[in-house]
Amino acid sequence: MAGPVLEMRSIVKTFPGVKALSDVTLTVRQGEVHAICGENGAGKSTLMKVLSGVHPHGTYEGDILFEGEVCRFKDIRASEQHGIVIIHQELALSPYLSLAENIFLGNEHAKSGFIDWRETLRHATELLRRVGLEDHPETRVADIGVGKQQLVEIAKALSKKVKLLILDEPTAALNDEDSDKLLNLILELKKQGITSIIISHKLNEIRKVADSVTIIRDGHSIETLDVKSPETTEDRIISGMVGRDLDHRFPERTSYDGEADAAPALEIRNWTVHHPIDQERKVVDDVSINVRRGEIVGIAGLMGAGRTELAMSVFGRTYGRYAGGSVLKDGTEIRTKSVAEAVDHGIAYVTEDRKHYGLNLIDTINRNISLTALKKVAKRGIVDEHGERQVSEGFRKSMNIKAPTVFERVGKLSGGNQQKVVLSKWIFAGPDVLILDEPTRGIDVGAKYEIYTVIDQLAAEGKAVVFISSELPELLGMCDRIYTMAAGRLTGEVPRAEATQEVLMRQMTKDKEVTR
Amino acid sequence: MSTDVTDKIPASAPPGKSGSASGAGLLQLMLDGLRRNMRQYGMLIALGLIVVLFTVWTNGDLLLPRNVSNLVLQNSYILILAIGMMLVIIAGHIDLSVGSLTAFVGAFAAVLTVQHGVSWPIALVLCLLIGAAAGSVQGFLIAYLGIPSFIVTLAGMLLFRGLTEILLKGQTLGPFPDGLQKMGNGFLPEVGPNTNYHNLTLLLGLALIVAVVWQEVRDRSRQQEFALEVLPTRLFLLKLVALVAAILSLTMLLASYKGAPIVLIILGALVVGYGYVMRNAVFGRHIYAIGGNLPAAKLSGVKDKKVTFYVFLNMGVLAALAGLVVAARLNAASPKAGVNFELEAIASSFIGGASMSGGVGTVLGAIIGGLVLGVLNNGMNLLSVGTDWQQVIKGLALLVAVGFDVWNKRKSGS
Repeated sequence: MAGPVLEMRSIVKTFPGVKALSDVTLTVRQGEVHAICGENGAGKSTLMKVLSGVHPHGTYEGDILFEGEVCRFKDIRASEQHGIVIIHQELALSPYLSLAENIFLGNEHAKSGFIDWRETLRHATELLRRVGLEDHPETRVADIGVGKQQLVEIAKALSKKVKLLILDEPTAALNDEDSDKLLNLILELKKQGITSIIISHKLNEIRKVADSVTIIRDGHSIETLDVKSPETTEDRIISGMVGRDLDHRFPERTSYDGEADAAPALEIRNWTVHHPIDQERKVVDDVSINVRRGEIVGIAGLMGAGRTELAMSVFGRTYGRYAGGSVLKDGTEIRTKSVAEAVDHGIAYVTEDRKHYGLNLIDTINRNISLTALKKVAKRGIVDEHGERQVSEGFRKSMNIKAPTVFERVGKLSGGNQQKVVLSKWIFAGPDVLILDEPTRGIDVGAKYEIYTVIDQLAAEGKAVVFISSELPELLGMCDRIYTMAAGRLTGEVPRAEATQEVLMRQMTKDKEVTR
Repeated sequence: MSTDVTDKIPASAPPGKSGSASGAGLLQLMLDGLRRNMRQYGMLIALGLIVVLFTVWTNGDLLLPRNVSNLVLQNSYILILAIGMMLVIIAGHIDLSVGSLTAFVGAFAAVLTVQHGVSWPIALVLCLLIGAAAGSVQGFLIAYLGIPSFIVTLAGMLLFRGLTEILLKGQTLGPFPDGLQKMGNGFLPEVGPNTNYHNLTLLLGLALIVAVVWQEVRDRSRQQEFALEVLPTRLFLLKLVALVAAILSLTMLLASYKGAPIVLIILGALVVGYGYVMRNAVFGRHIYAIGGNLPAAKLSGVKDKKVTFYVFLNMGVLAALAGLVVAARLNAASPKAGVNFELEAIASSFIGGASMSGGVGTVLGAIIGGLVLGVLNNGMNLLSVGTDWQQVIKGLALLVAVGFDVWNKRKSGS
């Protein structure tokens, strides 16, 4: 067995207020494909950013040894000079430049400042062949599919004489066929002596390409397993990913006695949505779920499972292209083609991305809270400012939003307080059904508890709550029932009594082949 | 990430409890208030400084009754445009066509009244309608077809300029009927006995003072009723005195000449009306919401396309009104009218606190910004500064104002 090409020793990375990596050690052998897996937020991407110099030397603790040398990368360029190239989840190609121009962007074949087009085209053609692309190097990136774009990224990496290729969830945005092509290419590159690190949580994918897998959990490296060994079953990997004790605190759930006879408050039937650009891809595939009044229903799934896409497409078709399915409210079919319609039918969607989709950061707490339901504090189109102020003052107190007045700009608040503003805004709209998308993402433990309490209260008041989360303990602590999704499909439905992290994780990592 | 920023803000002297405020304490309070509301008061103070400077430099000529009256007449149309432009910019757009549109509407009015003898009230309504039509076509293209406003209105700028020349056949057309002329040059009629002052203007000024004081006091008492924080009593009184003094001196100045210009009354109504809409109407709130964060506004159920459409329709109507005022003031429609008006209106909005990325600004800010430019213009004219240097100085004023705003924002850590 070849010796290690990369060693990362006791890496610690702290962001203001949050310890992203507590103690991570990673050893990658020469010429292998090394998988890294872990839950969302476990610290996988941060680790790779440390390795590639996105977080420069000095901002983390611990040592990086590459080919036996201690490395102190100050930026991405420095790591690339050593042959370490990272391909991020979001592709970094310039859509209106050609394939060739993209491959050599920042690294042009040039003579005294002018591009040598002959050499550029020759070399680009060669690199594209190596990754299995027959497209003309002068094609624009925008004119090829996402799958091919991923391959162009790899060609770009090859042009930099890559020795260690890092792929951050490379197949998350690809369909099955493109995924297969990509995985085969990784194996092909392995034969050519290129070492790869692949971040993935698709277990069948890891079994196909990886030689070993390192599991990261809550900023710690838990263990490294030999994938080829018969002891490394999927269950073994899963228990490594979730093996966390449930010491998070949750409020006592108000007990929910399911009135099975009443029609569900919200029912989604056979919902299918296509990707907004890649029409071939089903992002949500024939999903049916329901939630009753007073019930909290969880949706678990890993990155790319289609949870947010499901929620947003139901909520006023704000994502993707609708391709079938119906929405029923209290047993009757309703139209939710626009946000206004969805809101009128008593549906609220609290986004996972509060900064971009939830709040007007340059405006006050007061006006953010009232925006969705301005009509409630307005008469004949004129807002009653005093009434509005009373409403938002009420929320500031009841939700414990930490701000001196409701005229504070929302952008100045901490994440937890911003989340409370978003929740207040939708509670003020007075919905019957609340779809909460990662309501506790990026906020501290204390604020989390407060938000759990609010959610429990909402259910106790008879609202139906759909709770989308990547944190399994949170779903287990709060939900009466949990659906699991993987790759756009519903892969399971687990009642509270039977739900454990292992059961859920197994269903969340099912891929299409496995479910059939 | 989880550090709570708000906790670090020093508990700045809780307003409402002014305690034993001596003279120095009052000054301290004022400075505190100023610092916290730099954005709002910064430009007002700058405007005050400019007025004082030019008054000194012109040996008081700037504030002669006749000149103040002139100042209002000269700047009214830019201010009307600036109100509409402020809405457009808050919504996150821009309108380059308004200068050409004012010229076009002026020409249209001339063709109607001068060539076809249409009576002026009917012409007025038709002109506002054609402004609305022009605005709604541009608004439709921008809101519903998604063509960038810069492009649509750049096209509009060329198009309306061309149409103006076609309508006028390159000639200047005039004069307008009396009724229309009054819109640009007229003053309120006089009533009652001869008092050396213009009585109606005085009465209006007094009425305005009563209204403003009543509004402020009522606002304050309602806030107290809801146990909300209010300005300390001393500061509130100071604010009232300053407001009353400002209105009173403007009233006296105007009343000692020919009285209040009619266009000032129109402008005043627009400022009050639009200020109210932007602050209190659902429509106004929605404009701020789409300019501040479009995706979030959409996900909150705001009908962003409809709002954008109406913002441009409104701009068209205000441009038509400005076009009528310009034409009436010059008493002729000229193919060269309204050149660079769009730029002056845009500059006014930015000086008055608008942001390139939208979501920020007030109607009053647009007016203050417009007045900064207007006073600079007028003052430099009185000092016989050539138009060459005037442009240089106005350019610098825009840079300084916006630069200050950016610097101030960065300092306050946002």
